[in-house]
Amino acid sequence: MGWIDKTARTLLWTELVKGMSVTLRYMFKQPVTLNYPYEKGYLSPRFRGEHALRRYPNGEERCIACKLCEAICPAQAITIEAAPRDDDSRRTTRYDIDMTKCIYCGFCEEACPVDAIVEGPNFEYATETREELFYDKAKLLANGDRWETEIAARLRDDAPYR
Amino acid sequence: MAEFFATPVGQLLWITLAILAIVTPVLLGVAYLTYAERKVIGAVHRRKGPNVVGPFGLLQPIADGVKLFLKETVVPTGSSRVAFILAPMITFILSLIAWAVIPFDEGLVLADINVGVLYLFAVSSLGVYGILMAGWASNSRYAFLGGLRSAAQMVSYEVSMGFVIITVLLLVGSLNLSDVVMAQKGDWGLFNWHFLPLFPMFVIFFVSTVAETNRHPFDLPEAEAELVSGFNVEYSAMTFAMFFLGEYANMILMAAMTSVLFLGGWLPPFDVAPFTWLPGPIWLALKICFVLFFFLWIRATFPRYRYDQLMRLGWKIFLPASLAAVVIVAGVLVAFDMVPQAS
Repeated sequence: MGWIDKTARTLLWTELVKGMSVTLRYMFKQPVTLNYPYEKGYLSPRFRGEHALRRYPNGEERCIACKLCEAICPAQAITIEAAPRDDDSRRTTRYDIDMTKCIYCGFCEEACPVDAIVEGPNFEYATETREELFYDKAKLLANGDRWETEIAARLRDDAPYR
Repeated sequence: MAEFFATPVGQLLWITLAILAIVTPVLLGVAYLTYAERKVIGAVHRRKGPNVVGPFGLLQPIADGVKLFLKETVVPTGSSRVAFILAPMITFILSLIAWAVIPFDEGLVLADINVGVLYLFAVSSLGVYGILMAGWASNSRYAFLGGLRSAAQMVSYEVSMGFVIITVLLLVGSLNLSDVVMAQKGDWGLFNWHFLPLFPMFVIFFVSTVAETNRHPFDLPEAEAELVSGFNVEYSAMTFAMFFLGEYANMILMAAMTSVLFLGGWLPPFDVAPFTWLPGPIWLALKICFVLFFFLWIRATFPRYRYDQLMRLGWKIFLPASLAAVVIVAGVLVAFDMVPQAS
């Protein structure tokens, strides 16, 4: 009887009709689209986006130029030069990240003993030229100032799991 | 005014106006068919489809058209220039001239010729030349393979389409498309239409039109995965747009052909009050939309056929089936003495 069953299925197009009924049913379901530039999805506190250099609440920059991030960076995207400041504290004179080299592994953030360099939640920083992606210290500090509230909240949310 | 349209110049003008009155809605239909396609497939994928340009994305086809119009037409160095430029024009023109014989209402047809079905069939068969020329003139192996596939595919499915049309003609007894529609007029409304007595033929015809217009799941001439995009891989800007318009205009044409042959053309589904209020052309347009929706629905559902499966379906299944149907329909008509008499 197997062949009768099989022939009937072929001739009556049961499989084709089934497939088409599935697509027809899906046509009337609610779209799952996120209206991207206006709606955004949830980001984990561990999301690794654009880099930022943070400051202490009193405005002092956190980075002490230990160069651990530069050392651990697998893509060698970070370049740091350091010198003592007028008050004899050690600070960076140059802190560059080549964002075109960066692989967003987050090792710099992990290596940092003072939570100075972090990867923030921002992922929308596409530029029109390559040069704009060579971030310097001023740009990174500015990022830190702009995103500080969110970065602090993310660090607080993630702290229990570390 | 009436005298003016009787003069040769006036007649020329009149015919030009009539052509414009047909071509403009067809091209608008083509534009919004691309929109409808993206919306329908989007809905099946649970996406939204175009929704940014204009309300509900309704201006998207216009934006696409402007974009294609402003781009540069690249003619490859190795191509045969004349054939390369001519191919999209042929595809586009052939998809439009076939509309001359489609009847929109009783007496509302540009060329009421007595071999309308034959003309339609001939013009739709010529469509293969545009694609074949494009494939050859591009001087690219992908385009060439696409052109070859297209030629084989369109020729194969035309054979069974021809036989299906013959079964319809046996029931009608005329090659005039208006007569084909009038033969479907009856007391039972849509149950008088040809799709019911000839249901298997209707299905074969529809699948053949899908293959004939190189649509999914028979879009082997394009086959993005293997042939990049087949015969039109070397085309850009307006030349590409012409192919695109031609393909979609062909879809609308085939839908119109299906409506006229099987779905009662301009006739309303029931010959009673609320249905007869809508004029004939609107009913025809609604039927065309209905058939086109099936084209899109099928595209959203099925994966592409393999080439040998396509050929097997055409030659080993559809051809014998439609051939048998011609014999059966003719036999039944003769046996029960129902052969239509020439009026």
